[in-house]
Amino acid sequence: MKHIVIIGNGISGITAARHLRKQSDHDITVISAESEYFWSRTALMYIYMGHMKKEHTQPYENWFWKKNKINLIHDYVKSVNHENKKLKLDKKGDLIYDVLILATGAKPNKFGWPGQDLEGVSGMVSQQDLEYIEKYTKNIDRGVIVGGGLIGVELAEMLASRKINVSMLVREEQFWNNVLPEQEANLIGNHIKEHHVDLRLQSELKEIVADENGRVKAVLTGDGKEIPCQFVGLTAGVHPNIEMVKESGIECGRGILVNEYLETSIPNVYAIGDCAERRTPVPGRVPIEQVWYTGRMMGEVVAKTICGEKTEYLPGHWFNSAKFFDIEYQTYGRVWNKLKENESEFYWEHGSGKIAMHFIYATDTKKFLGVNSFGIRLRHETFDQWLKEEADIYTVLENLRAANFDPEFYKRYEVEVADAFNSQHSERQVSVKGKKSLLEKILG
Amino acid sequence: MKAVKLLGLVLFITGFTIFNATFFTADYRLNETILSNQFNDESKVDIFKKHTDLVDKSVGSNFDFVNGLGETFRKVNDEQLEKFGISKGEIDAIVNANNEIFSLSSLSVLGDDEIGQYKQKTFNDYGGWLDGRSFDSKEDMQAQISNVVENIKKYQIVNEKGFDQYQVKDLKYSLTKASSTGAVASNPSFFILLTYVLCILGAMLYILPKLQDGPPGIKNDGIFHSAMKNTGWLGILTGVFLIIFYIVLYFYPEYMTNWIIMVDPVSQFLKGSDAGRFFLYGFIYTLCILVMGVRMIIKYRHSKYQVIRTFSVMFFQTAFAFLIPEILLRLNQPYFDFKNIWPLDYDFFFDNELDTLLANGSLGIFMLGWGIALIIIGVPVFVYFFGKRWYCSWVCGCGGLAETLGDPYRQLSDKSLKAWKVERWMIHAVLAFAIVMTGGVLYTYWTGSSQIIGLSTYDVRSVYGAWIGAGFAGVVGTGFYPLMGNRVWCRFGCPLAAYLGIVQRFKSRFRITTNGGQCISCGNCSTYCEMGIDVRWYAQRGQNIVRSSCVGCGVCSSVCPRGVLNLENGDTEGRLNEPLLIGNDGVKMSS
Repeated sequence: MKHIVIIGNGISGITAARHLRKQSDHDITVISAESEYFWSRTALMYIYMGHMKKEHTQPYENWFWKKNKINLIHDYVKSVNHENKKLKLDKKGDLIYDVLILATGAKPNKFGWPGQDLEGVSGMVSQQDLEYIEKYTKNIDRGVIVGGGLIGVELAEMLASRKINVSMLVREEQFWNNVLPEQEANLIGNHIKEHHVDLRLQSELKEIVADENGRVKAVLTGDGKEIPCQFVGLTAGVHPNIEMVKESGIECGRGILVNEYLETSIPNVYAIGDCAERRTPVPGRVPIEQVWYTGRMMGEVVAKTICGEKTEYLPGHWFNSAKFFDIEYQTYGRVWNKLKENESEFYWEHGSGKIAMHFIYATDTKKFLGVNSFGIRLRHETFDQWLKEEADIYTVLENLRAANFDPEFYKRYEVEVADAFNSQHSERQVSVKGKKSLLEKILG
Repeated sequence: MKAVKLLGLVLFITGFTIFNATFFTADYRLNETILSNQFNDESKVDIFKKHTDLVDKSVGSNFDFVNGLGETFRKVNDEQLEKFGISKGEIDAIVNANNEIFSLSSLSVLGDDEIGQYKQKTFNDYGGWLDGRSFDSKEDMQAQISNVVENIKKYQIVNEKGFDQYQVKDLKYSLTKASSTGAVASNPSFFILLTYVLCILGAMLYILPKLQDGPPGIKNDGIFHSAMKNTGWLGILTGVFLIIFYIVLYFYPEYMTNWIIMVDPVSQFLKGSDAGRFFLYGFIYTLCILVMGVRMIIKYRHSKYQVIRTFSVMFFQTAFAFLIPEILLRLNQPYFDFKNIWPLDYDFFFDNELDTLLANGSLGIFMLGWGIALIIIGVPVFVYFFGKRWYCSWVCGCGGLAETLGDPYRQLSDKSLKAWKVERWMIHAVLAFAIVMTGGVLYTYWTGSSQIIGLSTYDVRSVYGAWIGAGFAGVVGTGFYPLMGNRVWCRFGCPLAAYLGIVQRFKSRFRITTNGGQCISCGNCSTYCEMGIDVRWYAQRGQNIVRSSCVGCGVCSSVCPRGVLNLENGDTEGRLNEPLLIGNDGVKMSS
């Protein structure tokens, strides 16, 4: 029986712990400095907005860990001594391990802006960040958010929910257009503005200005404008949290370097989740994947390997989802922000400007490559199957009804989408197949 | 907009305050006409008058008046028991007139005057079976005779010469209502304007501006910061108010006569007779569903499912639960709610209900057949095709109130595993209780015998009525909205929900589908599940949600930020799927 220690109780570490327990009798210890129990980081915003309390974000009740013999330690790991397989904890002394899993997550990027460490400046990643934001946004008039990714828009929504004015500085010419194609970036940008967020595109942070008490009083932008504010949120991406690991001599790049089995340069030490960097990325994917799903999958894989069934981290077809204020977003397959070689696109947008679908397919073979969907829920299973079977774009459009995952009675757009496709593509017409919904039947 | 909302709030609070004030502000003036109308027995009027100082006097408080009535009834009963009851001395005399063997002839010691004859007659009725019995000792005989004497007092004298507990209860209410004078009694319509209309107007001014609170979408901001929605002081106060309201309604209606008088004009308009307490209840209940239904529709205006569903509960409450039964009464037909189903409708098989239906020709027979068809055909067939939601969150009145008035409290349900265990025991125990109770009632109906294994079927049904029908469904079911969420009754108590749930769990096309591997474990679904289902537990392992308690309100699907959950009726194959998260092709494992 081995003692497996996991540093970090986020989705990666906890998934690893749960799967190790399912498959083995090893001693399992999970250490976290952030929180006593596993909670869902994706729900951080909802606590601030009053949709949930902290306990609601904990996917397992507190008795779960003891019952499943997963030891939880609420402490900070100061250093790893991999020669002696020993961890030094801040309060609870030394801990000996046989196998170590590093799941230390990520930290907000700070690019050396003047004033970035002032009082009233915060990232939005951890529970401590949440407490800090809570404290520094009480009764304030305006907050400025620097960076326009998913966390940025979440923070904007949070502040807006408390009737705080929000200015959002986005370096690019469109919101999140390093990920979203122009059409969608535009659509989301408009929706953000609809929520009265002062979205400033092509705008960079130059300096954060302090008042006499060392608290934020304004930001200066690259184009010389001053925005008075009492809070600044830094959401210009995150980077792997690896300082301690780096000092211990485990090989790191931007993240902790791992091979396809998630093994680090040191035997019996693994790294998973936001902190890990693949030496050779999975084809078509980036070396550091910092989303919930990939963290979870790495946890599943590492557990298998440690339990004796050496398993490669081989994620299937890409998928992701998000919500921008009221607009839900799902993606299956790959939709890059700019078309790649031999890629064609078909974009459909509803007149409301809030519902859209963007299909990417191979120009020569017409093989379906990916879809972005806004305001329409799509069935993961169906799209995963189409991607695996290498279905063509016609098959996808003709069978789109089967892939709809919207609630009953929702208006369906498959016919409208197909009509739009047909009007743009005279070479081959598609007609929508499958069972009509009840409402479609009634309304004709 | 803020000003309009504020004005709405002020109007609502004003109307609500006036409504509560009317509870305390009637004058009560009892007179002889009222007494003879209510008693139908001049001798009782005389003796009542002898013991009361309430007649032709104005009393300013319902508490004093009702207390006064109660005291008078007690005094009347005391006098009549003293007068017509067999005294301790007389019992001794009877005992002494017998040897070891008791003989009815010994009753002659009670005298031969009118009262003496009454005493002899009642003893003959209640203790005739003692004739010829032999006793071991005088004490034994005395004990037995005392027993008979007590029964005569309890069951005969208070009933015939005085007022038994049921009469007292009814008379307290009807005398108080008939004696009420004052502003409300003399102008009930005006007070409808000052209370209900003002409250509705205020509520609408408060609710309608929500249309302007930004683009359609999930509106849960600040719920857990709210004193009302997170069991803060306002929520607790609201809960206490509701609990007191229900206790008064079910157990002490005599105190709320002013409220009932206020809706007399509405009752007159609908069914041509004065209101009773359950008319008042139905009236308020329907208004709550309609007003809060508008709120629900505005809140979830982005979701067609929620909008249509809310229209459905508003319609079924207004038409089926409120208007049609009252109109039936106006047409001299039996009161009948066509959408109420046994065992939620626990008195469906009570003798008086059956007699009423059977005495009302073909319509009555149709109603009986309809009710039975709903139980044995409607429930299983509809649940098979649509899940129990067809009833619980689309048709049912309890569900209708929970989904409208109760929507602000849905997040307060307990999601723990422990709560689920309690729930399963409790709700099925109530179902068993309802079945046993109804079985007993029908046994009595057919055989005429009111005893089964030493239990009186009447006692069983009155225990069910008080503890389950009134206490659980009413006081706890609604009173606990702001404390334990809006489905306490539906989740822990409703025997029909238990029945629907058994069908849903084992034989239905309904399930909540989990969308592949998209769940991020955020917890919105579980938090906003009014039935306390830990939806996330299933969603995060890629498993469909098939639970007997799910009422299919669809809110888990609405609040999910990633489009993971969908209510579907589909092929029963694969409904109870193995947990599987799509996306990790390197491993195939159940989660």
